[in-house]
Amino acid sequence: MKGYWKYFRKKLLWLLITTIFAFVLNFLLPTLMPGDPVAGIVSRLAQGMSTSTGVKEIYENYAEQFGINKPIIEQFFIYVRNVFRGEFGVSFTQYPRPVSDIIKSAVTWTIALQLPAIIVGWILGNTLGAVAAYRKGPFDKALLPLSILISNFPAFGMAVILLVIFAVRLRWFPTSGGYGFDMIPTLSWGFVASVLHHYVLPFLSIVLITIGGQAIGMRSMAIYELNADYVKYSRFMGIKDNQIVKYVFRNAMLPQLTGLALSIGTMVGGSIVAETIFSYPGLGTTILSAIKGQDYPLVSAVTLIITIMVLIVNFLVEVFYGFVDPRIRATQAE
Amino acid sequence: MRNTLKSIFKDGKFRLGFGILVFLLLMIFLYPLFVPNPPLEIIGRGTFFPPGVYVSNLDSVSGAPIYSLTLADAEAKRLASKLSLEDRAEMKTYLLAVGVPEEQINIEDTAALLALWAEKYDPKLNVKGMIFAKLQYYRRLNDKLVSLLDSEGLILARETDGVLEKTGQVLPLDYVNIGEVSSVRVLPLGTDNFGRDVLTELVKATGVSLQIGLIAGSIATAIGLVLGLISGYVGGWLDDLIMFFTNLLIVIPSLIILILISYSISQSERGPTTIAIVIGLTSWVWTTKAVRAQVISLRNRDHVNLSKLSGHSTASIILRDILPYIASYVVMAFILQISSAILAEASLSILGLGPKTTLVPTLGLMMNWAMIYQAHILGKWWAYFPVIVVIALITFSMNLINTSLDQIFNPALRE
Repeated sequence: MKGYWKYFRKKLLWLLITTIFAFVLNFLLPTLMPGDPVAGIVSRLAQGMSTSTGVKEIYENYAEQFGINKPIIEQFFIYVRNVFRGEFGVSFTQYPRPVSDIIKSAVTWTIALQLPAIIVGWILGNTLGAVAAYRKGPFDKALLPLSILISNFPAFGMAVILLVIFAVRLRWFPTSGGYGFDMIPTLSWGFVASVLHHYVLPFLSIVLITIGGQAIGMRSMAIYELNADYVKYSRFMGIKDNQIVKYVFRNAMLPQLTGLALSIGTMVGGSIVAETIFSYPGLGTTILSAIKGQDYPLVSAVTLIITIMVLIVNFLVEVFYGFVDPRIRATQAE
Repeated sequence: MRNTLKSIFKDGKFRLGFGILVFLLLMIFLYPLFVPNPPLEIIGRGTFFPPGVYVSNLDSVSGAPIYSLTLADAEAKRLASKLSLEDRAEMKTYLLAVGVPEEQINIEDTAALLALWAEKYDPKLNVKGMIFAKLQYYRRLNDKLVSLLDSEGLILARETDGVLEKTGQVLPLDYVNIGEVSSVRVLPLGTDNFGRDVLTELVKATGVSLQIGLIAGSIATAIGLVLGLISGYVGGWLDDLIMFFTNLLIVIPSLIILILISYSISQSERGPTTIAIVIGLTSWVWTTKAVRAQVISLRNRDHVNLSKLSGHSTASIILRDILPYIASYVVMAFILQISSAILAEASLSILGLGPKTTLVPTLGLMMNWAMIYQAHILGKWWAYFPVIVVIALITFSMNLINTSLDQIFNPALRE
């Protein structure tokens, strides 16, 4: 287990570095652009205001809040301090609701939607890919192009098509929202049923996209493993096919797990866009309305939260990976 | 080289992917030759006109030569098109109320329904339990039906000083030849929310999106290739530094970086090229990582060592002894970069951060407008579905090409 702790510490350090980097990016990219963000905010807020003292007042107020008059390093630390206190400022579009409040409710919806969807899609995709590689023949021939087609389908396109077929045409599911518009979020049966009813289509659209991509990856991994020397050797040894398949599956799955860790960011990005099609009350819809309303504090907070969520999930997958792959422990123990 | 090309073109998957791509390119280049209208011209006064052939009403009435045709089903068709499903259902309700047995009523059969109606409808009859408003409705409906059955046609008149003067008559047997009507516009995919011809716009948008993909893909592949070569061949602290940043950027969702940058660029400066450059600058990480891995496996091959011993410069070794070996790989990466850049542009545009320009359309912008105007909820499929199909065709074809190239250059994957 000593090797594992070393691996764990390394990954933890990496999480720390990437988080700091995420903070820097989130802080730096908007500030480095021509024109400071505060001036932009003020020009939007002060539209139609005639007194210049009023405009100046607003500018100074925000300049104070963002600390724009101070050197850039100090600004950064003010920013980090504010984030850790949960102070993302006040939303412009949903004034006077604080940004942290909006984020808090949106994050729950997004995690509840995407995490199960990606996990289910990953498991189904890998199983299909492995079966295709092992069975070959017509199953493989049909599955591969289909997987390529589905996985290259933009996530929002899949969302629109599912929406039109099942919600608009067949009316099996609602077209938008996370729960019925006539409901108040409580833990009643009616509310839970409504949430589940609204959950199906967004969930399916993410699962389908994930299945396609994972099946392709797993198929090539499994084919590669099936041709490996240890498989031939096992066959000579007379080990049963079932047992060999188990070995192959395990070996092929491990790179897929790293693949999952690396591609989780892309997946979340795609699903965030898909969310907006269903007006799901998650981070995707939040950032869409924030962008439309030029709500700078909200945009900045959502991007930071999504990044940090992805980093944490990525970290958890890698921790899990180190746990299941004995080779990791072995290399670290040397 | 020729053999490789031959085996590439023998592959079914490659042919399919290549065929789709060539078809799209041909559309982009040939379509404007046949339909030279500007792609963003607003022609429709209204939103979402359905696909079809639009014939000028005035021209067909007054300009085109008139032919008389006696078509047996013309009248039935005319009636059927004017009698809505709701009206039919209401007629059935009335007939049931006056005591016609249900099995005699067939609302699908227009002629039979009208005959039954003419026989049973009595405007003076007070049907029991029917409110006055409903009776009035049936009276209006009856008037409409009577005027429908009228075979006089329409009279055309011109107004001068408040007096109508008959200038012509349109008879039920009058027909015009579409080819002889002076103004006809075919809108195979209708119009969008601004009243623009969707197909013309779509062709232009496909071209622009492919350009975005090409620019972004070239930038990303170039950066990825250079960094990967340096990192893999030179090694040392440069390798550590490059890999550090690559690994950092790989875990941070590129869409988020894209959102942050695009949001920071002011709207007026966000043209398609700017967006393409931004996408290119944020998507090189995978190429870097892959090229580096390939170069490391090549670095200690005999032929490279021989070149080193012969005193060739690093640049020449990279150019002559390493690049040719990873060329196929770089081409594949480039293809994937193009398709993912097109997707990235579409995603950004849907979030409202795409190219802000009224001069050129992109696939993402078309999608964005269709979503804003709720084309998918309203059932205006022509505004969004063709766009999704084109995006899917582009990415599908490029990935097919990529997969088949992969199978050819990577024999382990062959069946």
